[in-house]
Amino acid sequence: MDAWLRPTSLADALAALAAGPRVILAGGTDLYPSHVARPLPGPILDITALPDLRRIEAHPGYWRIPCLATWSDVIGADLPALFDGLRAAARQVGGVQVQNAGTVIGNLCNASPAADGIPNLLALDATVELASRAGTRHLGVADFVQGNRRTARRPDELAVALRIPRPAGPALGVFEKLGARRYLVISITMVAVVAEFDPAGRIRRARVAVGACGPRALRLPGLEAALAGRRPEPDLVTPDLAPLAPIDDVRASAGYRLQATEELLRRALGALGTSRARAA
Amino acid sequence: MSVIGFVLNGRPVVATAPPAQRLATVLRDAFGLTGTKIGCDAGDCGACTVLLDGAPVCACLTSLGQVEGRAIATVEGLAAERLAPLQRAFLRHGAAQCGICTPGMLMAAVALLARTPHPDEAAIADALGGVLCRCTGYRAIIAAVADAAATLPAEPEAGAAVGARVARRDGVEKVTGRERFGADALPAEPFLTVRAVRSPHPHARFVIGDLAPLFAAHPALVRVLTAADVPGSLRYGIYATGKDQPVLAEGRVRHRGEPVCALVGPAEALAAIAEAEVPITWDPLPPVRFDDATCSEALHAHAPGNILCRGRVRAGDPDAAPPPGAVHAAIAIETSFVEHAYVEPEAGYARRVGERIEIIACTQTPYMDRDEIAAILGIRPEQVRIVPTAVGGGFGGKLDLSVQPLIAVAAWLTGRPVRMVYSRPESMASTTKRHPARIRAEAVAGADGRLFSVRFHGDFNTGAYASWGPTVANRVPVHATGPYAVPHVLCTSAAIHTTDPPAGAFRGFGVPQAAIAHEALMDALADRLGLDALEFRLRNALRPGCRTPTGQVLGADAALALCLEALRPRWRAWRDEAAAFNAANRGPERLGPERRGVGIGCMWYGIGNTSLSNPSTMAIGLARTGRVVLFSGAVDIGQGSNTVLAQIAADALGAPLAAIDLVTGDTDRTRDAGKTSASRQTFVSGSAARLAALALRAEILRRANAGAAARIGFLPGAVQVSEGTESSLLALETLPADADGMVLRAEGHFDPPTTPLDEDGQGIPYASFAFAAQIAEVAVDTALGTVTVRRIAAAHEVGRAINPTLVEGQIHGGIAQGLGLALMEEYVPGRTDNLHDYLIPTIGDVPPIEVTLIEEPDPLGPFGAKGVGEPALVATAPAILNAIAAATGARVTRVPATPERVLAAIRAARDGGRA
Ligand code: FES
Ligand code: FES
Repeated sequence: MDAWLRPTSLADALAALAAGPRVILAGGTDLYPSHVARPLPGPILDITALPDLRRIEAHPGYWRIPCLATWSDVIGADLPALFDGLRAAARQVGGVQVQNAGTVIGNLCNASPAADGIPNLLALDATVELASRAGTRHLGVADFVQGNRRTARRPDELAVALRIPRPAGPALGVFEKLGARRYLVISITMVAVVAEFDPAGRIRRARVAVGACGPRALRLPGLEAALAGRRPEPDLVTPDLAPLAPIDDVRASAGYRLQATEELLRRALGALGTSRARAA
Repeated sequence: MSVIGFVLNGRPVVATAPPAQRLATVLRDAFGLTGTKIGCDAGDCGACTVLLDGAPVCACLTSLGQVEGRAIATVEGLAAERLAPLQRAFLRHGAAQCGICTPGMLMAAVALLARTPHPDEAAIADALGGVLCRCTGYRAIIAAVADAAATLPAEPEAGAAVGARVARRDGVEKVTGRERFGADALPAEPFLTVRAVRSPHPHARFVIGDLAPLFAAHPALVRVLTAADVPGSLRYGIYATGKDQPVLAEGRVRHRGEPVCALVGPAEALAAIAEAEVPITWDPLPPVRFDDATCSEALHAHAPGNILCRGRVRAGDPDAAPPPGAVHAAIAIETSFVEHAYVEPEAGYARRVGERIEIIACTQTPYMDRDEIAAILGIRPEQVRIVPTAVGGGFGGKLDLSVQPLIAVAAWLTGRPVRMVYSRPESMASTTKRHPARIRAEAVAGADGRLFSVRFHGDFNTGAYASWGPTVANRVPVHATGPYAVPHVLCTSAAIHTTDPPAGAFRGFGVPQAAIAHEALMDALADRLGLDALEFRLRNALRPGCRTPTGQVLGADAALALCLEALRPRWRAWRDEAAAFNAANRGPERLGPERRGVGIGCMWYGIGNTSLSNPSTMAIGLARTGRVVLFSGAVDIGQGSNTVLAQIAADALGAPLAAIDLVTGDTDRTRDAGKTSASRQTFVSGSAARLAALALRAEILRRANAGAAARIGFLPGAVQVSEGTESSLLALETLPADADGMVLRAEGHFDPPTTPLDEDGQGIPYASFAFAAQIAEVAVDTALGTVTVRRIAAAHEVGRAINPTLVEGQIHGGIAQGLGLALMEEYVPGRTDNLHDYLIPTIGDVPPIEVTLIEEPDPLGPFGAKGVGEPALVATAPAILNAIAAATGARVTRVPATPERVLAAIRAARDGGRA
């Protein structure tokens, strides 16, 4: 087996994966740092020469973020306010250097508990398009991310794109991240909210997700239910943050994470209220 | 291997290398473009930033395969024939100090300016937020990027170098990527690499098993070094009494990251060896923790109770009853390990030349290295030649040996050149740190607002080995009252061994930790007396003629009062503004969580070693060519001594700065200038350089039979001495030259006068003290506990600013490190061995800084100058912590003041207030 392949067609890439498992390399912003001062483990499938998998596109019922779309592509794409949260996250993933190389799907597939993309994808109700020689399947992000650095991707599959469904009415996304310095900071906790509004400005439905507060990012169904039919305001947040189960680590204790998450949720709802006019 | 073509700095090239290899490695190793630096190999520091089709990326995260057919631009491509405007701007503004981050900064900025020719500060910060700088505090970098049309500063006239803002002498190398740091210097011959195998345990016994299978599996492996292979003394250390650190551990490790054996071979062969293949059997022992080290089993026979040493200063009667109406304050402070986090990990190589060894590596202290390596190899110091490379940041961390012992032993034994480059995790796990401190302190002031007594005790976690622990233990009690006149004092300290990494020298040697305590006390006393915090400090400031707690009487340069007076207008204005903001924000309608506050911190700092001789010798010569050469054994670690010493020598000699060349730091060619540490190079080596230049001047004038006021002109092959209308020409071509080509040569020697301290710490520990005060305004998010520093003003008494740009650069950089100490830096052994878990300030964290330089000439310093390197840092953390207290009423006593700790303190203060 070649230690390194850089196919120029999706068919070749899937054939290579069908032949045996490979480490998939795209932007390299997670893979190289996990092998400091060592060579990458092989065999490698470098997918960056695959054609037509970079441009973020609008389709009738959904947007498609292909697997080579970088954080910079998200920042530069013409996307509605629904994506404000994802865009805000894109601006805070590493520095410009990392934003230029790292991909949104790579962030998802790496499945770090502190991945800034994942809560936003949960809030956007994104699904992952997984391609293999056996066919294509679509999995919701909540089903795709199974735990700390564990996903449902089979070794013969490639996550080729994300689909973000178009909401029925005007919608807005927000993202709140807490870190201990201005740039290049791993989140202590983070909150992503996407809300769809009815014509009266009430929340028709909301999805709320929290990252860095457990082995994987989670939605808060209780809070989501409480938001339905209400105008967004901070006081809708209740201290009950089930099912979050954060841990103590070098960045913060579990207790502080919960306190801060509650505050970020309040701010996210406040921001939804003040920026509601942006929803389209 | 693949053959991959791409465009490099405008020219098509082909690389033959594995396609998954990092572009950074390919650029450096295959193309020799060492301007692209590797600070972390993990996307955390941005030193490796290059442009890929015009967009900045980290070359350490980019595979060679991915650049096929694309265009790469590196720093080497910026200056074709002359410097690009941005490079000139970096020189003008002092935006490159050590210069290791400079290529990354430049490339990120170039991409920004291509898109946005006139960026504002926010755009600059966003564009440069991915590049870390540990030296500059970023403000000069922001200024340079905003002023990309800058011209170079003019060269001063003869006699006007001191006080001029000249660009650094080594600046062009730094902004073009030509500067050679430890990992950039390569032996001419083929070389071997050494890789250390390090302990994963903080404390363990171990046995190295049969190595035959390892050699069998890896035939290219040349040697595995163990403790038994060290030819001379196995143990080294800073103090003659503290030679306790083994080159390779001998059956027992005392900290995580301690080297137990070392693999020597070609780099590729070593890379193929998995750690698990090295047969080591570990028998973990209970770690010795700072909490209970003094009642744990002793780690070293010479340190019963794990107490390495103690320090003590006693003055007056510390038990004296306070006067009626006196107020009292007490505090307990805890600080963390702080990592130097220079962007350059330790690196270098060694080669054996007959019966001599040459070490080419980054270091702050070539002469101590020479003597240590001689002992380790069992040879004479003259058999060791140390040639320092450029140093990509030191801050005290490169005062201890790192790569040197292993490359020396390996090169000595194999006879072949041997290279070693620390990885970032290796650097962070194994090298020294700032001492964590546990401090208890109390102070009493009389109703008249004058300090009556201070009691202070600090325990310092000195880690597994002595390193600079004794320096900290001695320096802290001398400074622990703060820069105030206090009649009754008892200040004590202890350096305590644990199974943590060795704590050593870090900018300030324990004084920054102590300052957090004394400045919290000053605020508390002022508050209790109902006095303004600045005015209270002014009332108690050490002034000329005051007696320090060690009994030393201060001279006319003790100018803390001037610093405080300089800050007073801003102190008042900032406090009024913060109060107005809080009032506006507090009304029931606009109950926002942000609170602002302004805090103040003062400091003093003794320049040079504490009560120990620390001489410097400088040589200066006149070459046949008519050029003047300053032979300086002082290492410029980015702070600018190469430039400052040349400025001093130029004015003392009466030569234009441009006539002076520099030979630095090669122990075969220069004299011992002592270490670059303790803020001593400007003061001590500057004095030596001045004396050397004066001696050379006297010799030239003597030969010309001219009087002391004569002017000397330096011409090609001659000097012209003019006095009034008389003028004589001294031809140099006919004079006999020495091995260096010098026809005249002079030396200067300076050792600051100090006296030993007695058991009560009485004596003259330093010949000179620097004083400073800083104020900081913070915004605290009282719901999350996050702190943003909004602005800082610093007033530093520097004697004489030989080069104001460099002095300001030291202050900015020190403030950034002080900010990190206060708010975010906390090294946890085994858990933060990288630059994303260990946080240092980024470009977005350092606020605007206003610097006021106060020049009260030091009678001993060259042209009145004293040191500033460490004084820059000491006052910052106290000012920030006091500002947090002013904003919230909450005193954070454990630093760094992370959001969690700040929030806990706020809630505790609120609950306490309610109870
Ligand atoms: S070396 Fe590439 S980011 Fe640090
Ligand atoms: S000048 Fe930036 S790291 Fe030294």
